Amino acid sequence: MRAFTYERAGDAAGAARAAARPGAKLIAGGTNLIDLMKLEIETPTHLVDVSRLPLAGIEPTPDGGLRIGAMATNTALAVHPQVRARYPVVAQAVLAGASGQLRNKATVGGNLLQRTRCGYFYDPAKPCNKREPGAGCAALEGFNRMHAILGASEACIATHPSDMAVGMTAVGGRVEPVDGEGRTRALPLSELHRLPGDTPQVETALAPGELITAVVLDPPPAGRQLYRKVRDRASYAFGLASVAVAGGQAALGAVAHRPWRATTAEAALAGGASPDEAAAAELAPAQGRGGNDFKIPLTRRLLAAALAGENA
Amino acid sequence: MADDANPIALNRAGLIGKPVDRLEGKLKVSGTADYAYEVMEKPGAAFGYLVGATIPRGKIAGVDISAAEAAPGVLLVWTHRNAPSQPAPGTQSQAGSQAPAQPELYDERIRFYGQTAALVVAESFEQAAAAARLVRIDYEADAGAAVVFDDMHAAARDTGGDEEAQKGDFDAAFASAPAVIDATWTTPVQNHCQMEPHASLCWWEGDQVYAFTSNQSVKRPQHALGETLGIDRNKVHLRARYIGGGFGGKNNSYADLTLSALAARELKRPVKIALTRQQMFHMTVHRPATVQRVRLAADRNGQLTGISHETISHCARADRFMERASAFTKNLYAAPNRRIGHKLALMDLPVAGAMRAPGEAVGMLALECAMDELAEQLGMDPVDLRILNEPDVDPTDGRPFSTRPLVRCLKEGAQAFGWDARIPTPRHTRDGRWWVGTGMAAAIRGNFLLPAKAQIHISAEGIVTVRQAMTDIGTGTYTILAQIAAETLGVPLEEVRIELGHSEWAPAPGSGGSFGAASAGSAAMDAGINLRSKLAALAVGDAASPLHGGDPAKAEFRDGNIVIGNQAEALGDLVRRASPQGVDAVGAVTPDPKGREYSQHTYGGHFCEVGVDAVTGEVRVRRMIGVFAAGRILNHKTARSQLTGGMIWGIGGALHEENHVDPRFGSFVAQDLAQYHVPAQADIAGLDAWFIDEVDDIANPLGIKGVGELGICGAGAAVANAVYNACGVRVRDYPITVEKVLAGLQALEG
Ligand SMILES: Cc1cc2nc3c(=O)[nH]c(=O)nc-3n(C[C@H](O)[C@H](O)[C@H](O)COP(=O)(O)OP(=O)(O)OC[C@H]3O[C@@H](n4cnc5c(N)ncnc54)[C@H](O)[C@@H]3O)c2cc1C
Ligand code: SF4
Repeated sequence: MRAFTYERAGDAAGAARAAARPGAKLIAGGTNLIDLMKLEIETPTHLVDVSRLPLAGIEPTPDGGLRIGAMATNTALAVHPQVRARYPVVAQAVLAGASGQLRNKATVGGNLLQRTRCGYFYDPAKPCNKREPGAGCAALEGFNRMHAILGASEACIATHPSDMAVGMTAVGGRVEPVDGEGRTRALPLSELHRLPGDTPQVETALAPGELITAVVLDPPPAGRQLYRKVRDRASYAFGLASVAVAGGQAALGAVAHRPWRATTAEAALAGGASPDEAAAAELAPAQGRGGNDFKIPLTRRLLAAALAGENA
Repeated sequence: MADDANPIALNRAGLIGKPVDRLEGKLKVSGTADYAYEVMEKPGAAFGYLVGATIPRGKIAGVDISAAEAAPGVLLVWTHRNAPSQPAPGTQSQAGSQAPAQPELYDERIRFYGQTAALVVAESFEQAAAAARLVRIDYEADAGAAVVFDDMHAAARDTGGDEEAQKGDFDAAFASAPAVIDATWTTPVQNHCQMEPHASLCWWEGDQVYAFTSNQSVKRPQHALGETLGIDRNKVHLRARYIGGGFGGKNNSYADLTLSALAARELKRPVKIALTRQQMFHMTVHRPATVQRVRLAADRNGQLTGISHETISHCARADRFMERASAFTKNLYAAPNRRIGHKLALMDLPVAGAMRAPGEAVGMLALECAMDELAEQLGMDPVDLRILNEPDVDPTDGRPFSTRPLVRCLKEGAQAFGWDARIPTPRHTRDGRWWVGTGMAAAIRGNFLLPAKAQIHISAEGIVTVRQAMTDIGTGTYTILAQIAAETLGVPLEEVRIELGHSEWAPAPGSGGSFGAASAGSAAMDAGINLRSKLAALAVGDAASPLHGGDPAKAEFRDGNIVIGNQAEALGDLVRRASPQGVDAVGAVTPDPKGREYSQHTYGGHFCEVGVDAVTGEVRVRRMIGVFAAGRILNHKTARSQLTGGMIWGIGGALHEENHVDPRFGSFVAQDLAQYHVPAQADIAGLDAWFIDEVDDIANPLGIKGVGELGICGAGAAVANAVYNACGVRVRDYPITVEKVLAGLQALEG
């Protein structure tokens, strides 16, 4: 780990201002950032701690949505009565991720912005375009069992590992970033994360330093909700594929560089297609890289079953 | 020893078998047990951090340590260019040496990915770690450095050593049998992933070095360090008091020990080095991958006429460690025609080594599934098939068994599990989205006894202290030794102290191969018996003792007293008066050559129920039991924990554990516990294990057998067989992960 200086932020705009300086970085729960700093994958010279900012509230919005403060812990989110009653897909998704200890520490903002779990990204001795633009991608011809089947590029085939974000993406909503001037904007959840293209090191639509203050979920769509995650062991493993369903809306996880809203399947269903057909349509453009070929049928089956309401 | 002279067999106070809590348990769960890296006896330690090579084979072409040396807090930076000179690897110059020199940073050659290439020592851990990344090393990889991993057959060569296991004419038996199985199973690289990383803390006092380390043995690292430092090994005071897991991966010492000792000498202050979690994957040993071909030949009734089990495993180019996965097949089932083989495939990978139940742990994943496939082909129950092929004597060398309660284990397990209700045809039961099925497998593991000594002391306060250069790697050695000493001397457990992990104390072989309890424990009992003789002689010869003039041969030891006839005296009173400095004795065990005339093993049966997700192919264990035979049980709590821990490991071997080799780099992909999967709590449902009653009087004076590795043996095969019974998919390439099951499910769906 490189040496760094540290400050505790006094307010959101001040934090954004401090974090916009070169080499500075926001830290919330630290459960992802510190691991990356230990390996010198992240090398901030200055940390701005936002974990104590008073942004942990969870409350309904006038239009029937839900405002979730970015500093709410993953645990607080999963157990909140409003979330459990009206957004069970979000609660289930959060609880499907990490471990109890991690969820107690991890925040909603940090969860959205956690970085990929590609093994080569985590091994500084291996070439990785995300870590070192232009170095090449070791996963393309390597061990890519966990990697993306949708929306990937020749530069990077990493996935976004969050479960929570998949549940939220199925529901839809926006994040509210604030900049150093104190200006807040509304950024649709679906536009927060980018596909890798040829700049896989640029992962979000946030400007440097911009601080997420809240996630505002849309009112829950009518209909049932569920989250299902396929993983190598019963808990404490990142997903091989996951699906979130909220009424007629669906999202996929662990298949792309961002949480993947299954708009093609949604449209097919709305047009009268069967769950199998809708799932097949969603996965039609999917492309495997060898080790992850199985994720195409796996995700198709998972999505079809979830759309058909099989959740026994 | 006659039972009436054997305090363990007599078990007068009932301490033997008692499920006593681990004596050091409170220290461990409260974080106050000082593991090597945390020892505070000598404050002011500097922190070392290792740098691993990033090529699989070649040499260091250039080195620049200037930036690292200039970094804050840095005290020392070494590469092969400036490290102290050390004896060549393998040097064994001292008489009776148990381990060769293990020099580090001694030449420019890189022999495997992750090999220690530099050391940085600084005032703080953080400074050392940061400076380590400033060490610039340019490598020149050998042309042709390659990992031929996908085709182990091509690289394989015979190891020999199985000559006695070739019997009859296997080929003829196989060619003429009405029922045959011929299939190949593969197992991946596995890593030990001990909770406590390999770590050492060293300091010097004059020409003597004090070395605290995490090792399964005390004597071997002491000897290795003496050889490496070029000093008389008696000047090496090695300490291994608490060890946070070994599993075979701490049989050797590594760069942390050698370099902390050398750096402490250079800097004249304590230096400690721990491997990081990431470094542990390459800098230590791993279980090598195997390719195993098993062939079975049987008549129509299921009687085996031939067994063949041939294994290829990989190993580092300069090493010869073999995962002897076929070895147990020599002893398990009767069949007149037999072939056993082991071949090594040399590769540019880190050095492989022993990992819990080396051989059986992965070998049984093949043979015990082959038996399941044979049972299916014959339309037989898999338990019956095994019972039918139960041998009367060792099927390879004809020796009698010391004990052989395998059939009892299988029958008791089958009954407890409800095996008779099993439906043999796969895809018979659906519970929601889960296919549900059951499977079983046998367990076998060799039993060993090594020479050991013990010293024992009773103080004027009546406190009994046992000292051994032995280790407790988290298994319960402290506790069972206390039970043995207390039972032998007839004192309460609270009055016994066990002190382990000092190289100056009586030698014991350490922990490994499940021989620890038998070896160290037999020596401790012998020391206790010798102490009893001394105390009896003291009492009858002491005019002030109520036992004065009595017959020492009639002395009994119970409730803290020495008793002859109707006269008794408290041990503390006797010692305080007659020998206030205390009384000492030593004891030993030397394996009785008669023991080798018997085939000695532990046994068991595993029964498992799994669910297989019909949509995704995910496998989850729903319940599992194991019934085992391992001689007399010293402590039903610690022994059971070894079994359940082993079974959990077996579940992991079947379903989770794997490190992928990246042949482009000669490295393993998983380098942390987020990527290297072992079972989590939620993966283990309804697990139970117990022992049948037995004593093995041949095995050792205690009548016990090793329990540390038995639970893993066969456990994964029971899981794999249950997967097949549930969903109709046989996966022979471990671990049984989603993609493999899913491919099978899709094939069945058509
Ligand atoms: C072993 C392990 C297993 C895990 N398993 C799973 C799993 O199965 N599923 C899953 O979904 N997750 C899993 N996680 C990841 C975990 O969910 C994340 O580490 C956690 O959510 C990150 O939150 P944090 O508050 O600790 O973020 P931090 O580590 O503090 O920050 C992460 C990133 O977000 C930025 N950031 C933080 N807050 C804000 C903000 N308000 N505005 C702008 N930027 C911000 C930081 O600068 C940093 O770049 C696992 C983690 C570990 C260590
Ligand atoms: S997939 Fe992306 S993160 Fe992984 S090695 Fe390639 S570029 Fe790096």
